[in-house]
Amino acid sequence: MTTPTLDFTPAPGAAPFPRMVLAQAGAEIRGMLRNGEQLLLTMIIPVLLLVGFSVAPLIDVGGGSRVDFLAPGVLALAVMSTAFTGQAIATGFERRYGVLKRLGATPLSRSGLMLAKTVAVLAVEAVQVVVLVAVALSLGWSPQGSPVAAVLGCALLVLLGTAAFSGLGLLMAGLLRAEATLAAANLVYLLLLAAGGVVFPLAKFPESVRPVLELLPISALTGGLRTVLGGGALPVAAVAVLAAWAVVSLVLAARTFRWE
Amino acid sequence: MTSPAVEIVDLVKRYGSTAAIDGLTLSAARGAVTAVLGPNGAGKTSTVEICEGFRTADGGTVRVLGLPPASAALRPRVGVMPQSGGVPPAARCGEWLRLVSRFHARPLDPGALLSRLGLSDHVRTPFRRLSGGQQQRLSLAAAVIGRPELVFLDEPTAGLDPQARHACWELVGELRAAGVSVVLTTHHMDEAERLADHVVIIDRGRVVAEGSPAALTGAERQLRFRARPGLALEELLNALPIGSAAKESPSGHYIVEGQVDPGLLATVTAWCAAEGVTADDLRIERRTLEDVFLELTGRELR
Repeated sequence: MTTPTLDFTPAPGAAPFPRMVLAQAGAEIRGMLRNGEQLLLTMIIPVLLLVGFSVAPLIDVGGGSRVDFLAPGVLALAVMSTAFTGQAIATGFERRYGVLKRLGATPLSRSGLMLAKTVAVLAVEAVQVVVLVAVALSLGWSPQGSPVAAVLGCALLVLLGTAAFSGLGLLMAGLLRAEATLAAANLVYLLLLAAGGVVFPLAKFPESVRPVLELLPISALTGGLRTVLGGGALPVAAVAVLAAWAVVSLVLAARTFRWE
Repeated sequence: MTSPAVEIVDLVKRYGSTAAIDGLTLSAARGAVTAVLGPNGAGKTSTVEICEGFRTADGGTVRVLGLPPASAALRPRVGVMPQSGGVPPAARCGEWLRLVSRFHARPLDPGALLSRLGLSDHVRTPFRRLSGGQQQRLSLAAAVIGRPELVFLDEPTAGLDPQARHACWELVGELRAAGVSVVLTTHHMDEAERLADHVVIIDRGRVVAEGSPAALTGAERQLRFRARPGLALEELLNALPIGSAAKESPSGHYIVEGQVDPGLLATVTAWCAAEGVTADDLRIERRTLEDVFLELTGRELR
């Protein structure tokens, strides 16, 4: 075995903040893309739902092409799967394995770690959007309206949705044990997938529950994306609902989060 | 004058109604290896974790390199090796060390450090598939990669095979030679005797003794042997020079202390012959830290 000489003479110092954040974000992205269960949730299920329900006449979207209805819903689902479900589960286990605590002993600050996680979530979402948009276009999806307005509107909605779902995910990961987070995050994912207008139009639900369902963050995101990508103006109600969820969940998460 | 690496005065830490640390005072000098020695549950890990800023004290004062333990300014200057875990199970060995190195301004080369610790063949192995000893070594590597002034090593050799243990000891020696302050916990007295400039023995959250290994174990040697339990020691004591001591501890194990010279050896063997017993495993040695601990607390170290 070779024994290279190493100079242990103390030369401490923190790396520049952007370098630390990028290094950590890279590690987070690798972790997400390497985790089979996470990929199932973030990539495979959204693509299967998009293709399956677009091709097979299983749902009644109330006129119009099925893919035009499904594409915005599945984009919203992709945001939720990464920002909420994936992040909640990963963070819960990081605390369990002492990773958050160990990182706390490095020069990377907590705000640096949170920023790195946000960068990683947005990067994975970008990959999801590219894949889902490509699949949807190949299935004949035709978004309406001006491309610039659509892209800007969607970006705002996705950012707000990411903030709201990240807050909810971190809130859950901060309060529950890792295993409970795993179970609860998957359950919430399924419930919101079913009741948030992702593949089943909210119009099919009874009138009495619809106003409540419309206040869910997933419904606001699907509804907002659907309106913008259908050529409509940015819906203020959806923006307000998402912003409210983002503020409340992030404040609660910041207050309750435990690092170990 | 620069402050000590670690200065703890009257530290108290309670979990519920039990005090895990109960008025502990210790000082670790800069550039020295300080071993905190004690049985499981003595308060070693709690003490170290308070110094690392992971836990808060319920009383007393703690200064690390002259600063409060939670100071952000300490993070680049202090390396930490936790007792276990802290690494994502799916992270590859080499990736993890490279990540930690990128948090520092002037880190060591991760590849060279892995090679030094015998982990070169496991660069692409996920953490969960490393053996316990390999996980420990990776954790040690992550503690020193940023070229810290001070490192805390919490039971660094737990679960290591003898070869890896020696590699770890060698590394601690190099850190010391380079001027790094080291604070380590252990319940292996041989580790403390071998590595430490200063040993602090703690039990039930308090310091029971401290000093250099030589000062703690004393210069005098002792003669030990095994024989049938329950031998009458009065006759032997009468035959030994004044100032000698003899005792049976534990049953069947005899210890004779005093001026250990050929005369004393002859007296003891003559007494054995008179008693009609054969002394087994007769040897002359120094007291160990284990003996010191047993004397101070009446309890076995492990």
